Amino acid sequence: MIDTLVHLALVLALPPLLTGVIAKTKAAFAGRNGPPLLQGYYDLAKLLRKGSILPAGSTWVFLAGPVAGVAAPLLASLLLPFGGHEAPLSFAGDMILFAYLFALARFFTASAALDTGSAFEGMGAAREVAFSALAEPALFFGFVALARISGSLSLSGMLGSGPGWVTAGAPLVLVAASWAVVLLAENCRIPFDDPNTHLALTMIHEVMVLDHGGPAFGLVLYGAAVKLFVLSALFLRVVFPFNATDPNLDWLAFVAGVLLVAIGIGVVESVMARLKLVKVPQLLVGACLLSAFGMLLLAR
Amino acid sequence: MEAASPDGLLLAGAIALVALSGLPGLLARKGGSGGERLSALLVGAGALLGLAASARVLFLGGGFRVELPSPLPGGPLLLSADALSALFLVPVFLVPALGAVYGLGYWPEAEHRRDARKLRFFYGLLAAAMAVVLLARSGVLFLVAWEVMALAAFFAATTEDRQPSVREAGWIYLVATHAGTLGLFGMTALLARTTGGFAWEAPDGGLAVTASSSVVFLLAVVGFGGKAGLFPFHFWLPGAHGGAPSHVSAVMSGVMLKVGLYGLLRVVSLYGAPPAWWGGLLLLLGAGSALFGAALAAGQGDLKRLLAYSSVENVGIVTTGIGLALLGRSEGRPEWVALGLGGALLHVLYHSLFKTLLFLGAGAVIHAAGTREVDRLGGLLRKMPRTGAAFAAGCAAALAFPPLAGFFSELVVYVGLFRAFAGPDSSLLAAFAAPALAVAGAVALAAFTKLFGVVFLGSPRSEEAAHAHEPGRAMLGPILVLGALVAVAGLLSPLLAPGVDAAIRAWVAPAVPPGSVGELAHPVPPLAAIVPLGTIALLGVAFLGLLALVAGLLALRLRRASFDRGATWDCGYARPTGRMQYTGSSFGDWIAGRLTPSAAAPVLEVRPPVGSFPRGAAVSAPAPARDPLLLRLLEPFASRWARRFHDLHALQEGRLTIYLVYVLGTLVALLAWSALRGWVLPR
Repeated sequence: MIDTLVHLALVLALPPLLTGVIAKTKAAFAGRNGPPLLQGYYDLAKLLRKGSILPAGSTWVFLAGPVAGVAAPLLASLLLPFGGHEAPLSFAGDMILFAYLFALARFFTASAALDTGSAFEGMGAAREVAFSALAEPALFFGFVALARISGSLSLSGMLGSGPGWVTAGAPLVLVAASWAVVLLAENCRIPFDDPNTHLALTMIHEVMVLDHGGPAFGLVLYGAAVKLFVLSALFLRVVFPFNATDPNLDWLAFVAGVLLVAIGIGVVESVMARLKLVKVPQLLVGACLLSAFGMLLLAR
Repeated sequence: MEAASPDGLLLAGAIALVALSGLPGLLARKGGSGGERLSALLVGAGALLGLAASARVLFLGGGFRVELPSPLPGGPLLLSADALSALFLVPVFLVPALGAVYGLGYWPEAEHRRDARKLRFFYGLLAAAMAVVLLARSGVLFLVAWEVMALAAFFAATTEDRQPSVREAGWIYLVATHAGTLGLFGMTALLARTTGGFAWEAPDGGLAVTASSSVVFLLAVVGFGGKAGLFPFHFWLPGAHGGAPSHVSAVMSGVMLKVGLYGLLRVVSLYGAPPAWWGGLLLLLGAGSALFGAALAAGQGDLKRLLAYSSVENVGIVTTGIGLALLGRSEGRPEWVALGLGGALLHVLYHSLFKTLLFLGAGAVIHAAGTREVDRLGGLLRKMPRTGAAFAAGCAAALAFPPLAGFFSELVVYVGLFRAFAGPDSSLLAAFAAPALAVAGAVALAAFTKLFGVVFLGSPRSEEAAHAHEPGRAMLGPILVLGALVAVAGLLSPLLAPGVDAAIRAWVAPAVPPGSVGELAHPVPPLAAIVPLGTIALLGVAFLGLLALVAGLLALRLRRASFDRGATWDCGYARPTGRMQYTGSSFGDWIAGRLTPSAAAPVLEVRPPVGSFPRGAAVSAPAPARDPLLLRLLEPFASRWARRFHDLHALQEGRLTIYLVYVLGTLVALLAWSALRGWVLPR
């Protein structure tokens, strides 16, 4: 019970901190002070108080995008073990629910973009759904490989504990590398997309929410942060599937690990430029092949 | 299982009512509304009887078996209903009933005096023939009912036979269905040689697998797979489903494809221990159909053709499940059977619901806006809010979003595929099928985002779309009923699971009667024991609650903080117009172009910009009447052979007497052969 409450508290409260950590890391690389660590929270507080303008002619779908964008990753987080602690919910096949919840959020975000009737946002929606179709198999090949290693059909079982690294180290390295790419792609990070430019440079995810403002945009930002947090936790559990003996130490290790992943993303964003758009599919297909090889290594 | 069981009587009544539903209308006054109402009433009454019988067989363990004496060669006519038949009977009765009510508004006698009566007659006949196909257990009766079904579908689909594109699609369908039927004739004959009769009933332990069994299986895959629209036998499907009146499209896409899948299931169920490559082939065909069906759907510019290709995808998902179940049967893995077939059967039910909803919704759009080109529509959600909301639910169910209908069935298939690779004796093919289905799902997401987003959202792209309106009660009613069904059907999966279990047992039973020692000696576990459907349904309700909570908080905040309406900002366009919006062609082209084999890729018309001040550059996907695969591969092949056989045209006199002479001559030749055979060929 306490574990579930801590799990909930972490997933509700921690995500905006991650964006702050990434921004600080990038600022450090650029020799700037950067925004305060808690800037994400300040932004949310400000946006929630603001009024907003809805595009003329838009419908309920325009607001369904932000709503689904928050609700889906929140539920998905409940299926995921955080660090050494069991997930609050677990059943055979929960990784399918996990993946399809993100698909649901994607559909409504893209639909909300099309609801504005803007060509620019429609283009972003088209790219989003096309690129994620290439990222999806990378995730699934990884799931299949993890299911094979652990013999379990739920996320808690797959990500449960560490012996996988002893018996199946090579496949896990491949899956982890592939999922690192998925983590960056799905969260619109450099090299796929630049989350800091809401205008011309940002051609995929952020362009879809150009017309959202005020509380709705607050939900968009919060949902994106929760998604980043959840996928980071998934990635973290693959590369660091170990449990401490003390449950409190486990929680500490988990929070530290997620923040480390955020710093890692910040480093990647600092040392790389955004890829040309035509290169993005190549990188995603490459990630797919990595995890497919990982799966093949296990087929004996 | 006795002859005079109430199930048999209920089903006989249901089939008679549905089959004859169009008949009174033929006699009624032309243009009057009495005939059409009576026919809808008859279909509805028949459907109620049929659904009651199906529910009895599925959940109360009913069933029947009768032998009717027959003057035809091939033994008595054998009819029987087990849980497998009953499960497929549910869409066979439910969809035509809703479609018949919809037809009152969509194809009213008053507006279609020329063809409405013909349509209703063949519509009823089609539904009744499908029901007979599902009950037939003797090869002869099966083939007769199959042919009636195929022909009734041809006449119903070519209702608008004054349009050249509809005629052409009709001919292609007719040729394709008869090519498939030819395969089924061969299959039936071969099967009769092994069993010594035309009864499709397996002896204890199932039929033994011989060399000819594999030919039977391959013929079944071609014949039944062609009817089901499996890639690459799907080429007839988009034209026929797209050109038919929308409620006929719904019956063809939502139900008739499943009858093909049923045939495949029934025939393979006769074999006790099928070789592993049978299941492997189906896994491959299924995953391929899912992937290419979705990619082709994303590339379509025509509302109904997009939905038709999405049916290819869904048939692929079902076939993947069937392949896994067959593999489980070969390898003696009951849980693969339960998950593969369980997911497949659930998907058969759910796909029939959401695809019918989508076709009826598309019909409402065509009715209201007068065009089926995605790129001429837009902004319809404001004009037809209720149809639009139901359509959105249909799209979400088709995309398997939790907790709607499609999610539960796809989840079960996925768990089966994962399970087949996770444990010992794993199947690598299954391991590849899961990511393949995931890509298919993600590409289908692109297709349906395009469909819903471009048609219903944004602003109108044409004058017609700007003046669309909500349809009348007869059309809106079935759409809303289906919308509600699609929303709750998934949550009801735990209640449906016992019926699905019964159907799985019926599929396994002929080969392995209780008590015998076969490959699957240990019983197939109930579906709910492997996948906790109840928990997932509760979780789904919780998710809906969470969505409502977030939406409520947002609404509260918006009201407090004040909101206004203004022009779409779009990075500073002062006056965006409908024509500046992103088009459906641009939306789907990229992904469709990359994921389809080049022979099957959609035909695109590209007019690149020319010069420094280009005018009129465009990319569009025109709606060809023919599938690209047909256009690029089959037609050149067929016309080459047609040229070679050109001289045989001399035989085609076109006079009935000459043909009768041919028949007589053939008969005499055959009689002579059978008389002389013993003499010519020494034993």
